[in-house]
Amino acid sequence: MPTPTIESVEVLGGRLEMQVAVMGEGEPLVYLHSAGGLKWDSFMESLAERYKVYAPYYPGTHVSDPHAIEHVEVLWDAVLAYDDLLDQLGLESCRLVGWSFGGMLACELAAQRREKISKLVVISPVGLWRDDAPYSCATFTAIPAEDLPGILFHRLDAPEVKRYLAVPDDPIAEAEANLALVWALACTCKVIWPIPDKGLDRRIHRVTAPSLVVWGEHDRLISSVYAKEFGNALPNSEVFILSDTGHGPLQEDPDKGIPKVQSFLA
Amino acid sequence: MKVSMFHLMPYRDVPDDFEKTHRSAWFTVKWSEFADAQKVVDYYKWTLDELGYAAELGFDGVCVNEHHQNCYGFMVNPNMMGAALAKMTEHLGTALVQLGITQPFLDPPIRGAEEYAMLDCMSNGRVVAGMPVGIGGDYAFSYGKSPVEQRGRYQEAHDLMKKAWIEEDIFAWNGKYFQLPMVNLWPRPVQDPHPPIWVPGIASPSTWDFTTDNDYLYAALTYAGISGAQYAIDGYWDTVEKKGKEQNPYRLGFLLPVGVAATDEEADRIYGPASEYFYHKMLRLPDEMVAPPGHMTYESTSNFIKNRPVPSNLELTDHDYSYFKEKGFLITGSPSTVREKIAEICKDNHIGNLMVLLQFGNMSHEATKENIRLFAEGCLPHLQPIWTDEDWENRWWPQGAVRPGAEV
Repeated sequence: MPTPTIESVEVLGGRLEMQVAVMGEGEPLVYLHSAGGLKWDSFMESLAERYKVYAPYYPGTHVSDPHAIEHVEVLWDAVLAYDDLLDQLGLESCRLVGWSFGGMLACELAAQRREKISKLVVISPVGLWRDDAPYSCATFTAIPAEDLPGILFHRLDAPEVKRYLAVPDDPIAEAEANLALVWALACTCKVIWPIPDKGLDRRIHRVTAPSLVVWGEHDRLISSVYAKEFGNALPNSEVFILSDTGHGPLQEDPDKGIPKVQSFLA
Repeated sequence: MKVSMFHLMPYRDVPDDFEKTHRSAWFTVKWSEFADAQKVVDYYKWTLDELGYAAELGFDGVCVNEHHQNCYGFMVNPNMMGAALAKMTEHLGTALVQLGITQPFLDPPIRGAEEYAMLDCMSNGRVVAGMPVGIGGDYAFSYGKSPVEQRGRYQEAHDLMKKAWIEEDIFAWNGKYFQLPMVNLWPRPVQDPHPPIWVPGIASPSTWDFTTDNDYLYAALTYAGISGAQYAIDGYWDTVEKKGKEQNPYRLGFLLPVGVAATDEEADRIYGPASEYFYHKMLRLPDEMVAPPGHMTYESTSNFIKNRPVPSNLELTDHDYSYFKEKGFLITGSPSTVREKIAEICKDNHIGNLMVLLQFGNMSHEATKENIRLFAEGCLPHLQPIWTDEDWENRWWPQGAVRPGAEV
């Protein structure tokens, strides 16, 4: 499998250096990963077949500088870091895709830099709230580690899910993978703890990009009732519910999910 | 040696099969499932009575602490307990070892500074100001703060509290986590310049440095006995030596669960079931509740994942009383057995401030009082003289905590 190259980009007036995984050729597409950190999966590969994909590591989640999270105190710092990143990468206009935590960030960024975002895809994003469908950072941190896969995915037997959850044979590599996951959760949750309802509902109306909201019907981390919430809140949007999938609809049913996203982005 | 009685105030009547049906005694255990407020009325009363009884029988101090959303111990505000104990022990000169509040990292820290100052005045200078970092779940799950900020908030809260106690002028605090336009504490502690600060630790080198640099008492708190605390205690004394501070035994505190009975056999009979209740049910505290992601620094997280320095508490159910006793997790036996074992531990490890947990698990009020009485009569007089023949000053003891008739 081809591996992405890593580019370093200075943001926040030079205080923070972000690492960006880059792969593919074509028009630019920015991909924002979930709270568990960046994993290059088949969905991203499919994006890289058509676009030049830029996938920034959220500050602190790249192994080269775990302390980078110290430069992000609040959500606004994070949004501005990504805002700077678009400029520093020299992107006049780009497609923006985000999954879960990254979906929330993508909405924030699309509301902040309207002119730069041509199309927006959010996959099971956090960021809005309904009293009848509560979720929190405890939903995925106050549980035994072994329960996490069952919360994340509905189809645990899907090949891409198996690949996603695969435990390395080498114990050192396994420990490194665990550390990367735990620290990614530490860094990403910093700005959304304890409940990721941080005012997006008061900003999301600003988004001008045509948007696609993708959700797994049986999402146990954040209920698919939120698909309608995002659909209503995003001014020019379409909602796509993928049946028989959970929080990772594009990993669980890539055959149905990826073509839908690709045709929307085209 | 100063000897204080510690109390956790546990729920003493959880279901018999609790450890089989519950992954955690913390955060996810539902009040509505089995808890009864009428029983809790008794627990608080008994807890205060037990600590008051210990004070009357000559213990130097009484210790309380703060935890949330659990059945292990729910003195959610130890200063409320301290206020009652201050009045109860007015004539006894007992130290109020508040070990301690975790509130300052949650709300404006001056609330904690105010409460400690108020309690210090109410008790005429008998307060120990405990400053625990606290477990991750209390902070992240019960009180909704981002785990990765816990240590930073702790440091800033500490700095602010100390300044609020001693600064003569009104000042503005513009911190990273707390902003206060006017800090002007009323009242101030009666102890000059402020109550002694005790910091509980398990094994973190940064706490050894912090307590040594600031001349605070380091309290090795584990329920795994001296073997479980050996790494922390050795690391602490190495740090004290490296930093050129005096090897004063009073700068180290240590906690032990203790059960005394007329004979060793009788102690096994009484404390076997109580200890299993404690270790199997009350200490069901899984990793994800102790340390949510970010609770430990990146370096400590890495060490924890790669080297697993302490076993999971969930493994305690693999063992029974005989194991806990053999490993020294708790000390049980006749008065002579108990005092000899404790004296050896304290002398070997240079411990000058001992805390004993004399109510643990489902021990009844009567059994607890009997344990207190037997310890006070058969152990205390042998343990308190330790270190008095050496010329150490206990700078970590509250200035106003002097028992009538006791040497200052």
